[in-house]
Amino acid sequence: MVLAFKQETFRDDFTFSNSPESIRRFPFPFHEDKYMYAVNIEPHVLGPKGSVYEFPIDIDEHYVSEMRDRELVLAADPGRCQALPHMMTAQWDMLELLMTSMAHDYPEHFTLTRDGDRWHWINRPLGIDQKFTFGDHKTLPYEPMEYIGRQCQGDFSIQDQRDGQLYMDAGLITTQADWSLDFDIGMNFFEWHGPVPLAHEKGVFERALKFLLNLQVGRPVRRLNWTMTINSRLDTSPENYHKWGIDRTTVTPENVGDKVHLRVELQGLWRLPRSNAILFSIRCYLIKMRELVTVPKWGRRLPRVLETLPPEIADYKGLSRYRQMTIDWLKTYDDGAPTSPGFGPD
Amino acid sequence: MTASFLRRVRVAEIEPVASRIKRFRLVSTDGRPLSEFSGGSHITVCMQSPDRLIRNPYSLMGSPTDPSSYQISVLKVDDSRGGSHFMHDRVEVGTELQISEPLNLFPPAKLARKHILVAGGIGITPFMSMMSELDALGADFELHYGVRSLGEGAYCRLLQTHYGSRIHVYAQDNGELVPLERVLGSQPLGAHVYVCGPKPMIDWALRTATLAGWPDENIHSEQFAAPPAGKPFAVKLARSEREITVGGHQSILEALEQEGIDAPFLCRGGACGQCETGVSACDGYIEHNDHYLTDAEKASGKKIMICMSRISGDSITLDL
Ligand SMILES: Cc1cc2nc3c(=O)[nH]c(=O)nc-3n(C[C@H](O)[C@H](O)[C@H](O)COP(=O)(O)OP(=O)(O)OC[C@H]3O[C@@H](n4cnc5c(N)ncnc54)[C@H](O)[C@@H]3O)c2cc1C
Ligand code: HEM
Ligand code: FES
Repeated sequence: MVLAFKQETFRDDFTFSNSPESIRRFPFPFHEDKYMYAVNIEPHVLGPKGSVYEFPIDIDEHYVSEMRDRELVLAADPGRCQALPHMMTAQWDMLELLMTSMAHDYPEHFTLTRDGDRWHWINRPLGIDQKFTFGDHKTLPYEPMEYIGRQCQGDFSIQDQRDGQLYMDAGLITTQADWSLDFDIGMNFFEWHGPVPLAHEKGVFERALKFLLNLQVGRPVRRLNWTMTINSRLDTSPENYHKWGIDRTTVTPENVGDKVHLRVELQGLWRLPRSNAILFSIRCYLIKMRELVTVPKWGRRLPRVLETLPPEIADYKGLSRYRQMTIDWLKTYDDGAPTSPGFGPD
Repeated sequence: MTASFLRRVRVAEIEPVASRIKRFRLVSTDGRPLSEFSGGSHITVCMQSPDRLIRNPYSLMGSPTDPSSYQISVLKVDDSRGGSHFMHDRVEVGTELQISEPLNLFPPAKLARKHILVAGGIGITPFMSMMSELDALGADFELHYGVRSLGEGAYCRLLQTHYGSRIHVYAQDNGELVPLERVLGSQPLGAHVYVCGPKPMIDWALRTATLAGWPDENIHSEQFAAPPAGKPFAVKLARSEREITVGGHQSILEALEQEGIDAPFLCRGGACGQCETGVSACDGYIEHNDHYLTDAEKASGKKIMICMSRISGDSITLDL
């Protein structure tokens, strides 16, 4: 598949938008008219052609512009990319996983040639041609995680596994929904999930951790997470809260359709073979309310989900200020007809 | 572990390495290269014996950075229930087997200041890949390896050639034992100790380390021993409303599989926690043989690890 990469922005003038094909493949996260936290983990197996699950790593029309946005974030704040020294093997594991997957599934755009530990990587959309020695980070312009992370959509964190726990010991995080790598680095699974309401009490994290500790090589899993964002801003980090927090007060009944975005994270979890670490990928998809209601089922379902969302979750996700306004706007697209079970459009 | 996740391999080489130990080299035959793995990993080998499918875990011994083949070493066990004898007597060069992807329940702690490895007998196997990894990382480690006699100890010479003075071998028939108290008494803060071997040795090592003041987080062990056999008993399955019989030399998990009932598992060695099953009634006593449940969980009688544990009594009802 040859992708046409869009030129667009995720800051200032916010020119981001989705093509009709991009809307159809949006990973809508609600399989019913309500939402509650659960251990929603499933095998990351390949899905239908054209869907975001077609390949393990999804590259789409926003690739080039998202990579440009990441560059700007890293230039302003190098702390968004950090790795503790014992994570070097895991960094190489990650580089191998992403390069082999991208080259295999998007041969028109990426090529990887391996001759023992002498590797040759070509990234055509970003105009990169790099020869390097696998295992020797001095042969790359950045450490391996940052090198490949600057060329792959989605944020990444790498968790070391020891003593029956996972520790967030490395990450490249520039498109996060209000959490900070700088704050979380070195924390364990329960600690970094500390701020999440309701889920601890329901035993969600205890069960999820047990599951992850047994994650096997070659059998990745995935889950969907969601929130909402005002304007198509990728970098909604605590570090930059002063820039985007105020956006929430700018929503009016007239601009809901363009300003309010559903933000879905397709999260993949991979056991890395050499390091026994776990790679966590957070691939963010944005869709405007105006785009979302072009799929009638989603237009009916989303206001119903928002209306019944437990207040603790709405507060945690930062929706409270504009939730009702968004529901009111969406309701004009909800004729009250029953929705079919499952995620996809009817 | 559904069949589609199994890999097909062929035995490319068999080498007797000590009086009751054979080393097997496995190469891929399903067209895909074998996965890289981390030090301390094992695979599950599936063996089709005439009467049943045997699945035993074996540690990967080779260098983790060379996945062109996998190597395992198998000790022929006297009171075997089948697996190790199958490997020794029926498997030849050219035999095809199915294996799982590698799983690591015994990884080295990456932040340790120093690694003290303590092996007894066949318990040397997970340390082979671990040492190769630690060595490549430039980590500080030493191995204390107890064998019955030099003839029964695998890889003593090889290891000494490779790692020199970091390897300490103790032969029981020379009256030598691992001087664990001395070894553990003189280590820097932040060292981790790893033990693999027969159950009595592990118990002794864990006790010694605890008495010497080592924190629990710095003590790691992997045990190979299969659980003791027992008498047959009945398992009632509450959800599917079925009843099956577990033979004296069978685990509950195996009995379920024999009846075509799928139950989750990974390690089949009581370590990973995957086969944890709720108990709704038990007419007898549960013999907990796993290393996973806490003492409190064991005492509650509400959970059982079906890969390892059984009951002495007539029947048990499980949430399956
Ligand atoms: C993580 C791990 C790594 C290992 N690595 C190695 C290695 O590198 N080299 C090596 O030689 N061995 C290793 N072992 C031990 C190995 O898996 C076998 O246990 C050993 O080879 C002996 O197998 P066996 O089938 O001959 O006899 P046994 O161990 O006596 O029998 C194992 C069999 O016991 C039966 N069984 C299981 N549970 C019960 C039960 N509750 N009651 C009755 N029967 C039961 C099953 O048939 C099982 O297949 C490892 C074990 C583990 C858990
Ligand atoms: C190792 C993998 C994982 C990492 C690195 C990770 C990381 C995070 C982080 C950083 C947050 C934000 C917390 C905050 O507010 O500061 C979060 C939220 C959350 N995580 Fe995870 N997580 C992982 C796996 C999982 C899994 C397997 C589950 C499955 C149940 C899960 C469930 C959640 C939920 C429900 C939230 C709240 C999200 C929301 O409502 O917006 N996480 N996670
Ligand atoms: S299968 Fe791992 S504990 Fe039973």
